[in-house]
Amino acid sequence: MTQLWDFAGGIHPAENKHQSTSRPIRQAGTPERLVLPLQQHIGEPAEAIVAEGERVLKGQRIAEVPNGMGVPVHAPTSGTVESIARLPVPHPSGMDDWCITLIPDGEDQWCQRHPVLDYRKLERDEVLEAIRNAGISGLGGAGFPTNIKLRPPKDRKVSTLILNGAECEPYITADDMTMRERSDEIIAGLKIMAWILRPERCVIAIEDNKPEAAAAMKKAAEGTQIEVVVVPTKYPSGGEKQLIQILTGMEVPSGGIPADIGVMCQNVGTAIAVARAILEGEPLIRRVVTITGEAVTEPGNFEALLGTPIDYLLSRAGLQEAKLHRLVLGGPMMGYTLNTPDIPVVKTSNCVIAATAQELPDPEPEQACIRCGQCSEACPMELLPQQLFWYAKAGEFEKAEHLNLFDCIECGICSYVCPSSIPLVQYYRFAKGEIRVQQAEQLKADRARERFEARQARLEREQQEKELRRKERAKAAAEAQEKKKAEAEQATAKGEAVDEKAAKAALVQEALARKKAGAATASETQTTDAENSSPAPDIPALEKQLTQAKSKLETMQSMLEDAKAQQADNVDKLERAVAKNHERVKRAEEALAEAGADTIPATQSTE
Amino acid sequence: MALAQQSSPHARKARSTSRLMLWVILATVPGLLAQTIFFGWGNLINVVWCIVIALAAEAAMLSIRKKPLAFFLKDNTAAVTGLLLGLSLPQFVPLWVSAIAVISAIVMAKQLYGGLGSNPFNPAMVGYALVLISFPVAMTTNWAQPGLLWESAPGFGETLNLLASGQQTVVDGYTMATPLDEYKHKIATHTAAEVLEHPTFGEGVARGWEWVNAAFLLGGLVLIGLKIITWHIPVSMLAAIAVMSLAFGSNPDQYAPVTLHMLAGGTMLGAFFIATDPVSAATSHQGKLIYGAAIGVLVYVIRSWGNYPDAVAFSVLLMNFAVPFIDHYTPPRTYGHHKARRGVPGKTQG
Repeated sequence: MTQLWDFAGGIHPAENKHQSTSRPIRQAGTPERLVLPLQQHIGEPAEAIVAEGERVLKGQRIAEVPNGMGVPVHAPTSGTVESIARLPVPHPSGMDDWCITLIPDGEDQWCQRHPVLDYRKLERDEVLEAIRNAGISGLGGAGFPTNIKLRPPKDRKVSTLILNGAECEPYITADDMTMRERSDEIIAGLKIMAWILRPERCVIAIEDNKPEAAAAMKKAAEGTQIEVVVVPTKYPSGGEKQLIQILTGMEVPSGGIPADIGVMCQNVGTAIAVARAILEGEPLIRRVVTITGEAVTEPGNFEALLGTPIDYLLSRAGLQEAKLHRLVLGGPMMGYTLNTPDIPVVKTSNCVIAATAQELPDPEPEQACIRCGQCSEACPMELLPQQLFWYAKAGEFEKAEHLNLFDCIECGICSYVCPSSIPLVQYYRFAKGEIRVQQAEQLKADRARERFEARQARLEREQQEKELRRKERAKAAAEAQEKKKAEAEQATAKGEAVDEKAAKAALVQEALARKKAGAATASETQTTDAENSSPAPDIPALEKQLTQAKSKLETMQSMLEDAKAQQADNVDKLERAVAKNHERVKRAEEALAEAGADTIPATQSTE
Repeated sequence: MALAQQSSPHARKARSTSRLMLWVILATVPGLLAQTIFFGWGNLINVVWCIVIALAAEAAMLSIRKKPLAFFLKDNTAAVTGLLLGLSLPQFVPLWVSAIAVISAIVMAKQLYGGLGSNPFNPAMVGYALVLISFPVAMTTNWAQPGLLWESAPGFGETLNLLASGQQTVVDGYTMATPLDEYKHKIATHTAAEVLEHPTFGEGVARGWEWVNAAFLLGGLVLIGLKIITWHIPVSMLAAIAVMSLAFGSNPDQYAPVTLHMLAGGTMLGAFFIATDPVSAATSHQGKLIYGAAIGVLVYVIRSWGNYPDAVAFSVLLMNFAVPFIDHYTPPRTYGHHKARRGVPGKTQG
């Protein structure tokens, strides 16, 4: 007898499994249309690689994840792509997402398949690639891509491989019936996974309320080293963390993965998918779904093509619409309600409960928490749900986090046992969501602050550098001034007027000469203008022009300095422009020298 | 078709708060029966009176607070508060004193703090302590003389008359010091053998009281069996009283013996029905053990060296103060963690 451990808390809710185990698994058949969501598991969504109106074959890849974590989607049967559009998908929010709608042509014509009979001759990576290409993600829970899960981090050796057939949630019997009827395929798939991982121990765990399944699996596992272990029925024994504790006595570290302690869990449905992918070349295009609840007359399990609308399955199971009150996808503990049955079966859909109002009655109004502690007695994660509730309700998320809110697996036990009908799990989901939002905002704020601080530092640095250069420049300018002064003194000694006034006079002279020449050759209007204006009023205008030119030169020089300081692109251009201006001034000086002193009185007379 | 939209879980176990409270009420029946058999009609009248006053006070407060009456009254918690006071008050305490106790319990200790679930102190014990301090004569001299209901105790009508008369003290023939009181005050000047000659002790440990305590023990075990309370608080409280008694009071000529501590006074009622009030008690298993043990220690300390012969109310109230502190430092170790995260955020120890 294998040694077993117990986990904390847990409950024994009404099982309600017998309703759906009295009939064998039925083939659901092909509905009129299949709706295949592009995102059927956690990770990246797939992208459609077929076009509307295109004919596809059964098993043909119709959507692919080009990069990132994800697996492709395949056509469950042959037919025509009707549309690629946003449609309702299975999600607690009832949201729409991108889906490929396929109209089956009824021929069920396969594409080329590549079965591998002796996978042992392949490289392990090739088998993993084949599993990925078959679009396999976990069929049990969150739907983690199987090929990634089967390739744990290099430093983590999986010594115990657990096939999870506990199926602890009430109502659900998909795994139970699969184990009863398809034990050989399960063993085949498990062998492939075991070959990839090379564990020391390989265990199939089944709750003791499924004796037929346990017997079938034991028979199929005969002659292998696979252990079939029957575990006591207690919800949530099928939770990954709890099952690992039951079978190994070890706990998965908080925030870690089972591989951290050398364990890996896989679902029985996933094992079948792996077996079919490798041995038959069949990608994941169908799964077993439990259709049960008191609103259906013939509850049972159906093997349905992925994309089959749930209302199609409900009608196959004899839905009495008038009695239907609540439609749950998944189990009664962790599943979520659907607002329409027009939702497709996806890789992770294991159960649909069409419940009457008596079966799953509306909850009583919430009463005050009296801290009775029934929840903490039953919590399988050994949390203090009543304290978490208190903090979540008060918005004291930091304290809730401190009491390990994020270790909550949302199994629903606390709400189930709460005598005050408090929807505790909902409060925790809310708190988790708020904390994630806060963290995201905090991250954003931190980044913004870092950016701002970096900018401030940069500006300050630039300011300092600029200041430094300005000082250097001032020094250079002072020296230049000194030099100029010396030169000017020399020039004065030579009797040459190089002061501003002289330069101005030279310019005026030059301009007057130009004006005269211009007046001679100008058009009539210009001539009129020239005639109306006497030479005397011309001088102030020219002076004005001269001042403007000089101020332009100054601006240009300061621009050049700034440009140099900022190491701008237009430094060269500005330098050339300034040089040109300098030249002009020089020419003016020369002109002045030539013109001599007689022009000066003319200028002076205008003043 | 309009489908119900609910968040998981969809299945729920039907055991409401009002049902839990009903079980608490039923579990006190053996104790009330024993009280009535050995001490007359006083407790029964008190219980009915206190429940009526409790419900009336609760209803009045709810309507002032504009809360739905039926929804809150049917949770039975006000009835339990009244019941516990009725069970713990002296048999011949005037009706107006018990009314004051109940009203302060419901109005002050419970509703003014925000109603059910928000009260930091055990409401019944707040009421009890308040009248014990305010009306010490009425609260200490009105304990019924033990005697079988059909033999010596005053009849129902007479008891009711005495209670309704409003007198703080009742005719001496009907009342008697409690065993704990008697022992405490006599042992300083007498030997244990001399003290135990007093009729309040009877043949066994404490006449009548021993049966009352045994009956409350029985009711408490039922509550544990039904998983309405856990064993932690009662066991640690009783163990602490026993340990203290054996450690400090092993000489019966100085201190009351351990048997008297266990089977006289409000020990069992306190351990199983009062200290276990979940709203004002510690939450985790470890916290409950500390909380219960500390109450036990305080009960012994006050009984032995304090001014009061019994001390359940004061001990429970004192530990109610400590509950938030205890809770911060006694969370359980969560799955996947090496140790519990004690303390408050930012000042973590683990």
